[in-house]
Amino acid sequence: MRKGILILVLLQVICFSLVAWLQPRYEARTGGAQASGNVLADLLGDGRKMVADYCYVEADVYFHSGYYPSVFDQARKQEETDSDVTHPEEGNGQEEAGFMGKPLDWIERFGRHFEPRVHTHLQGDQIREILPWMKLSADLDPNRVQTYVVTAYWLRRRLNKPDEAEDFLRSGLKTNPHSPDLLYALGQIYLDNRKDYPHAKNLFLAALRCWHEVEEPKPIKTETGEGQRNSFLLEQILGALAQEETDAGHLDQALQYLEQLKANASDPAGIQQQIDTLKAKINAGKK
Amino acid sequence: MNKIFAVAGVVIKELYRRKDFYVLFILTVLITGLMWLMNFFHDEQIIRFIKEICLLLIWISSLVIAVTTAARQIPFERESRTIFPLLAKPISRWQVMIGKFVGCWLATGVALLVFYIFFGLVSASREHTLPVDAYFQAFWLHWQMLGIVIAMTLLGSVALSTPAANMTIVFIITIGILAMGGFLHKLAEHMAEPSASLLTAIYFVIPHLELFNMRELIIHGWTGAALPRWIDVLGGTVYGLAYSAFFLITACLVFRRKALN
Repeated sequence: MRKGILILVLLQVICFSLVAWLQPRYEARTGGAQASGNVLADLLGDGRKMVADYCYVEADVYFHSGYYPSVFDQARKQEETDSDVTHPEEGNGQEEAGFMGKPLDWIERFGRHFEPRVHTHLQGDQIREILPWMKLSADLDPNRVQTYVVTAYWLRRRLNKPDEAEDFLRSGLKTNPHSPDLLYALGQIYLDNRKDYPHAKNLFLAALRCWHEVEEPKPIKTETGEGQRNSFLLEQILGALAQEETDAGHLDQALQYLEQLKANASDPAGIQQQIDTLKAKINAGKK
Repeated sequence: MNKIFAVAGVVIKELYRRKDFYVLFILTVLITGLMWLMNFFHDEQIIRFIKEICLLLIWISSLVIAVTTAARQIPFERESRTIFPLLAKPISRWQVMIGKFVGCWLATGVALLVFYIFFGLVSASREHTLPVDAYFQAFWLHWQMLGIVIAMTLLGSVALSTPAANMTIVFIITIGILAMGGFLHKLAEHMAEPSASLLTAIYFVIPHLELFNMRELIIHGWTGAALPRWIDVLGGTVYGLAYSAFFLITACLVFRRKALN
């Protein structure tokens, strides 16, 4: 009995010594990662990014009201890549052909009676139903900028909650202070919802500066598309700056931004049209 | 028939004397209540997330109640030696087995009904509607699924040596079928022979418990034409009863030849 207790104590001491030896090495390896303050995130450890991805996909499932391919379906990967919740304008009203495919046998055919069978997107303020998953996803992976941007978009555009959108974006900025996407999204709130032009301009200029810092060193195009420069974001920022200056009545400055935009735009002809309209407006004002 | 219902009555009384159901129900209420109190962007209308968690807890609780109740029946009678005075009465072994099944199934059904009433209240309090037909279909199919699980557990209780082993195996099989059962044929498509044929054969032999899962329809508030037709619900019921009967008859056959001492 006594021998057994002594062995247990010895094992305990060995375990404690090992932990004391390993812990500083682990922290050095992971760059001294600190506790996130989120119990779930701490419990999940390194697996939390995987769970965050799951939560993000689950938001997309909710966006389709449960009509979603399973992980074993061919269409799943395509659907996850498309992520209608991220690109709502592209997905609205589109019928995805062969979404589920034909049932392979009578069991699958019969089972479809007990599952959602119609492809829909959440309409109006029903979009609120995706919010818990987005919040969980952001809590578990605060470095995933897209989660903040998409959530803020829905909060601002569909649910008319600019204050909540701003709070959420600011919480994202704490973890990702140099993210041009977050700064641009925040600027949109000040431009569209608050009509606070000077504040919006500052945020768009900060977004532009961060874009040059973060995106410019990246290659213009990569084979897989991963890690390539986000030129579309630059267009959005310059377009928003032009819009802000136009709304604020600074047409000359708006013209400058449109000229910059034309040099980087995917549709220069369209931008030229805007430039011409603006020039006509300036000339009319001078007369 | 009276003898079967007499045995079943004892099982039902046993369920509400035991604490399992109360503990699981209170736990479900508490966790759902906590989810209810969670604040997501100051929006108090969010309900699907709460429904998802509540239904998941109901599925877990009902499975635990069904399996633990059914797994203990025969082994407990044998351990406490009450099986001998029971069989000394004019009652056959198959009547005992069917009585145990009916008792477990009805008791689980009553517990399930309480869970679904709670779920209906939670859902109605935020949605301000109560789609009774959808919830009844969900409850009914869920109950049929539990019938198969109970019959399977009773078979395990006479075929396997201990209740613990039986419960573990039934839980693994049930969760495995619920998670993967409907996709085995798709997995088989990417496999080489003979694994592909073997997996396809398993796909067609196993009871497809996932067919009884209407959770996605309920969570996302599908109603009207989106719900399964009643003829499909009847089809599901027949499918469930057929598998329950298969496991029950096999359990009766094993129990008939089983040495009790």
